[in-house]
Amino acid sequence: MKKIISIIDCGMGNITSVRNAICSLNFEPRICTCADEISSSDYLILPGVGSFPDGIKRIIEHDLSDPIKEFVKKGNPLLGICLGMQIFANIGFEFEERKGLGFIEGSVTRLNLEPFGFPLPHVGWNEVTFRNSVLSKGLNEKESFYFVHSYAYDDSNASYVKGTCKYGLDVVSVIEKENVLGVQFHPEKSQSSGLKILNNFLTL
Amino acid sequence: MVNKRLIPVLFLRDGYLVRSENFSIHQILGNPVTQVKRYNSWNVDELIYIDISKSELYSPRRNDLGEGETNAFNILDLIKVVSESCFMPLTVGGKIRTLDDIHSRINSGADKITINSAALEDPHFIKSASREFGSQAIVLSIDVKINGDGRYKVFGQHGSRETNWTPENWAQEVENFGAGEIFLNSVNRDGTAKGYDIELISRVVNAVNIPVIACGGASNNKDFVELISNTDVSALAAGNLFHFKELSYPMAKKYLKSQNLNFR
Repeated sequence: MKKIISIIDCGMGNITSVRNAICSLNFEPRICTCADEISSSDYLILPGVGSFPDGIKRIIEHDLSDPIKEFVKKGNPLLGICLGMQIFANIGFEFEERKGLGFIEGSVTRLNLEPFGFPLPHVGWNEVTFRNSVLSKGLNEKESFYFVHSYAYDDSNASYVKGTCKYGLDVVSVIEKENVLGVQFHPEKSQSSGLKILNNFLTL
Repeated sequence: MVNKRLIPVLFLRDGYLVRSENFSIHQILGNPVTQVKRYNSWNVDELIYIDISKSELYSPRRNDLGEGETNAFNILDLIKVVSESCFMPLTVGGKIRTLDDIHSRINSGADKITINSAALEDPHFIKSASREFGSQAIVLSIDVKINGDGRYKVFGQHGSRETNWTPENWAQEVENFGAGEIFLNSVNRDGTAKGYDIELISRVVNAVNIPVIACGGASNNKDFVELISNTDVSALAAGNLFHFKELSYPMAKKYLKSQNLNFR
């Protein structure tokens, strides 16, 4: 039976490029905005750009928090991209302290680059080193991806961290905790390596 | 560490891809859509499209698009077509004067936009743009020409109008107003294949903390290495070099990596 792939659209940025990338892999994703569409999906993708409080607010306003939690409980694979991955955390500290969806025991904080004098946001291609990641299957241990962000998970040694890149400090780039997966970079903007990540997710 | 970038720049005029020389001569090269598919297959770091058309609509008489291609009559349609097959950061510039202009381009699939003359007329436009879309999306395009007194000056209106700004001062000004990046083009070197203007580029790079993309004059891989070795530039851009030589992009990348330079 054909698997149903849903991309959540609750106004957290432009989702067209994610859809285009997935279509190029010969999948037919649908854009979903309501609870029923989430519960009937086999794969769920939560892209997002913007701030942590705004992202969580939009999820709650669209009544998607419980459906996403139910989806995860069933054991189906969920992929967060950029802000989408960040709001899986227990807690975020962008502008204000806010609770996240709570799938990942961690917190999201502003990258502390003061000791290094590097500019924020962290923008550009950066090399990710993977640690036994299922998303990186078939890729080299180190591959470059395209990043645009100022906040990130703050514990690069946590067990769910499956990839980091160096920007002064170790930046959490890939998380995997059972069926909850996330990437801080933009696979839809990272050429063939990024498409490979999406393909690996959709064939889990 | 963030990788250095090598970026093909595509100049568009009336719907055609053109070769540019000293900002005044424009030779038609063909179909911008077919070209992007080539770049995509080369795994490029980023693409920059600059629309230098004088009119809003592209020539309806053009017949350069191959069979089965979507016909793009304006920049927004073109961005949409490009972003369907383009899985890399896409920067779009040219004739951007309002927040609506930026919004429509980003909505069509651009990740970043460049502003030039509109910022020279009103630098506050940079601030409102970066507040609305984030500084990472706002690239300041700066065209520099050596004036009659032999001094570097910033020029507006596609290199035709001299301003009082030195490149360094204007670069600092746009950084303070919230620009995320600078796209620096040398009018004198444009299309001449004389190599990058290292003196100009290092002055600007040293004046600011935001990334600088350098353009104008590249003719071969040695020019790339010379610029990277002598300045702290973030990205090397070139137009003509990539258009005329088959496989020049992947070969340049291979060469730069073989020199142990920080490219992906």
